[in-house]
Amino acid sequence: MTSKRKSTALTEAQCVSLAQKILRERLCQQRLPEQPVGLESQYRHLLELLKRTAVHGESNSVLIVGPRGAGKTMLLGCVLRELMNLKEVLKNVLQVELNGLLQTDDKIALKEITRQLHLENVVGDKVFGSFAENLAFLLEALKSGDKSRSRPVLFILDEFDLFAHHKNQTLLYNLLDVSQSAQAPVAVVGLTCRLDVLELLEKRVKSRFSHRQIHLLNPLSFTQYVEAVGSQLSLPQDFPHPKFCDEWNRSVTKLCEDKSVEELLRRQFNSSKDFRSLYMLLFLAVIRVSPSHSTLRESDLLEASRLISADSKANILHGLSVLELCLIIAMKHLNDTYDGEPFNFQMVHNEFTKFIQRKSHTIHKFEKPVVMKAFEHLVELEMVRAVDSATGKVQREYQLMRLMLEHGQVMEALQKYPQCPTDVKQWALSAFA
Amino acid sequence: MQCAGYPEDKLRSLADRLPCRETQVTTLLSLMGEPDQYSYPSIFIYGHRATGKSHVVFSVMKDLELPYTFVDCVECVSPALLFHRVLLAFFGPDAAASLPRCPSLSDFVRLYKQMSSKTPATQTRFIILDRAERTRDMDFSLLPALLRLQELVSDNVTVILLSQVVWEKFRPNTGCFEPLLFHFPDYNKADLVQILSRDHHPSYTPELYASYINILLGVFFSVCRDLRELRHLAALNFPKFCEPLEKGEAKESDIHKLWRNIEPHLQRAMQTVYLREVSSMQWKEQQMDEKETTTPRGLSAHAHIELPYYSKFLLIAAYLASFNPARTDRRFFLKSHGKIKKTNFLKKHEKTSNHLLGPKPFPLDRLLAIFYSVVDSRVAPTASIFSQIMSLVSLQLLTQIGHDDQLDAPKYKCAVSMDFILAISRTVNFDAVKYLYDFL
Repeated sequence: MTSKRKSTALTEAQCVSLAQKILRERLCQQRLPEQPVGLESQYRHLLELLKRTAVHGESNSVLIVGPRGAGKTMLLGCVLRELMNLKEVLKNVLQVELNGLLQTDDKIALKEITRQLHLENVVGDKVFGSFAENLAFLLEALKSGDKSRSRPVLFILDEFDLFAHHKNQTLLYNLLDVSQSAQAPVAVVGLTCRLDVLELLEKRVKSRFSHRQIHLLNPLSFTQYVEAVGSQLSLPQDFPHPKFCDEWNRSVTKLCEDKSVEELLRRQFNSSKDFRSLYMLLFLAVIRVSPSHSTLRESDLLEASRLISADSKANILHGLSVLELCLIIAMKHLNDTYDGEPFNFQMVHNEFTKFIQRKSHTIHKFEKPVVMKAFEHLVELEMVRAVDSATGKVQREYQLMRLMLEHGQVMEALQKYPQCPTDVKQWALSAFA
Repeated sequence: MQCAGYPEDKLRSLADRLPCRETQVTTLLSLMGEPDQYSYPSIFIYGHRATGKSHVVFSVMKDLELPYTFVDCVECVSPALLFHRVLLAFFGPDAAASLPRCPSLSDFVRLYKQMSSKTPATQTRFIILDRAERTRDMDFSLLPALLRLQELVSDNVTVILLSQVVWEKFRPNTGCFEPLLFHFPDYNKADLVQILSRDHHPSYTPELYASYINILLGVFFSVCRDLRELRHLAALNFPKFCEPLEKGEAKESDIHKLWRNIEPHLQRAMQTVYLREVSSMQWKEQQMDEKETTTPRGLSAHAHIELPYYSKFLLIAAYLASFNPARTDRRFFLKSHGKIKKTNFLKKHEKTSNHLLGPKPFPLDRLLAIFYSVVDSRVAPTASIFSQIMSLVSLQLLTQIGHDDQLDAPKYKCAVSMDFILAISRTVNFDAVKYLYDFL
């Protein structure tokens, strides 16, 4: 595709499709960026640290701590990419990647380590007395014959905090123990989003950890943030159709200077600085580009932001039937009068019938089982939740429940509700039913 | 509806088959992108029951012949079944067979990676999980791992979750990869009329059926917006609606007459078929021989349960003990209780009705004391009385509080409704309301 001869043949539709492909891959974080944005010092620190293990055979342990979507994995990926470019490293270093979500106990983790070190046939049918013995054997097996020197191993533990929940923290204890005593050169890199992760470690594990932490707390300023948006959206220079590429990039620059877009981005920036939520926004905008309008417009971004910021509970409330809405209002009144105490179906029904008898002319009286069915639908939607889960012995209508909606949410939903009967609206507004 | 990368005639036939969901289909298609492009790692689709979530996603996948697995989480009692289905659909039976006996997530991801490196995805693969709220009850790590599956297996795969519960209820304590949220709005009344009118009866005009649907919605719309439920009711009651036409009592244009005929019938349906009190078969039969039995069975049908004479009184006594404060017993069951007014002898918190708060537990002695005073003949406390109490417990009309091993002074609670007790007391000529403190 990149050959010059073909590029002239690219039609507009193909260009759009190609641009989409590139941008989608970037926004789904399938491609590592050239250089991590705003994380230069952390990058250098981590690279230096891992180099020492990979090249000089020093053991190390480090934790990368940062909120979700801050770019922990991306940072590590970039560092590893540069590290693996060194010739002596590529041949020598072994990598073991573990994830706390996948390796949910130490036995599975050990199996995975064996597999990733390609030592299944060495281990064979051997029976080990303890976990430590097993791990020691694995590391021993890595010692290359002639130099009497082990190959360095990088252990990467994603979702590090989950490993702390394993029984006795055996895996962590042994890995950190190896990294601390000069048995074999290993580097243990943990990635986590919990700031208090050290509190989770047992004393004997904690004392073996080097207490090196790299924090990713994203000190970006707003101008940098907008620049990042621009660079994320612009197409690379080697795009096969230079004219389309120029036009696209120009439209992106123009977009970033637009007043309403800036306001939108500022709102996003103020609510969360992390890149993943930004990428979701940009993704939603990019997918709206089609051959019929081949550049990114501000309306795309505005629409995307509208989609993202929609309140999902309000959306669900919008689709309730009038009867269900009445029950929600009755619960709201109960919450107001009894100061948030839990209620049961009987009370809600009582409140509802009081309303029907006194005020309503548009809503008919419903049989109690019909109301019960509506109530159970609300329970199913988890708008209402039982206070205690032990439900066996209590009759359904007397089970204590709590409303999982705010006062404001109910009122707002009521305003948006299509063809809401006026007396229901008035009932909701009255302070005491 | 047009979307790059997909054949146009298939898109057109999709649009015909999915009425009132055009915007959703278009958005879904643009989210998915062209088959070879990446899609967002996980998409969470939520909306009310029967708003076409599964139907739209399933039809799109099937018609456009994309690689997909459609798994209903209700069917997956263990994650192993889920893994099996996914591997089977994407990589064939060999891959699925190589799963170990109790596969962990780690095994699944390893196998997936292994297979996808052999046959990399040329088109986005889709894993669709219907009723995704069930995944929360499985392994704690299953949902977070599925949400970032694209990253874990480094393959072009997208997980689509379908649920009627909002995303806020899914988020684990320490957070996870946030999926892209996509809402399927409910059908409004016009949409419902349009969709329901599509399955009109061949021997009647579509206009008649549409007006029938309007009448039906007039009764049910304020209670129920579930398309599936409405469609069921529409199909069930249509013969009744047509009855005057067949007999020649009315013409198709006499909408008002037809309305007068069907309206009470639909009201009755709401109290029976809608609540599943009677099955649709029974409902049809009832329509046939309506002339003979004027009172509809249904709600009242299960309020009748035949009990021994003393058991009935025991149940009534248990109900009174559960719903009356103990200190009022003197007022109800003593002949000369003096003048005690309702307001005087009660503490403040007892003033709210007991029928709102539910039954209170009571000891066996109190039950027996009340029983002796309400039953009209002299009864000896024999073993038969006690065994009747036990059988009431095993019928779940009473519940025992505390452990079974508590032999002296066990406590009970009455677990039947007011209507039930009134029906029972009518059979033994006992006025229960007179003895209830709440109705004084």
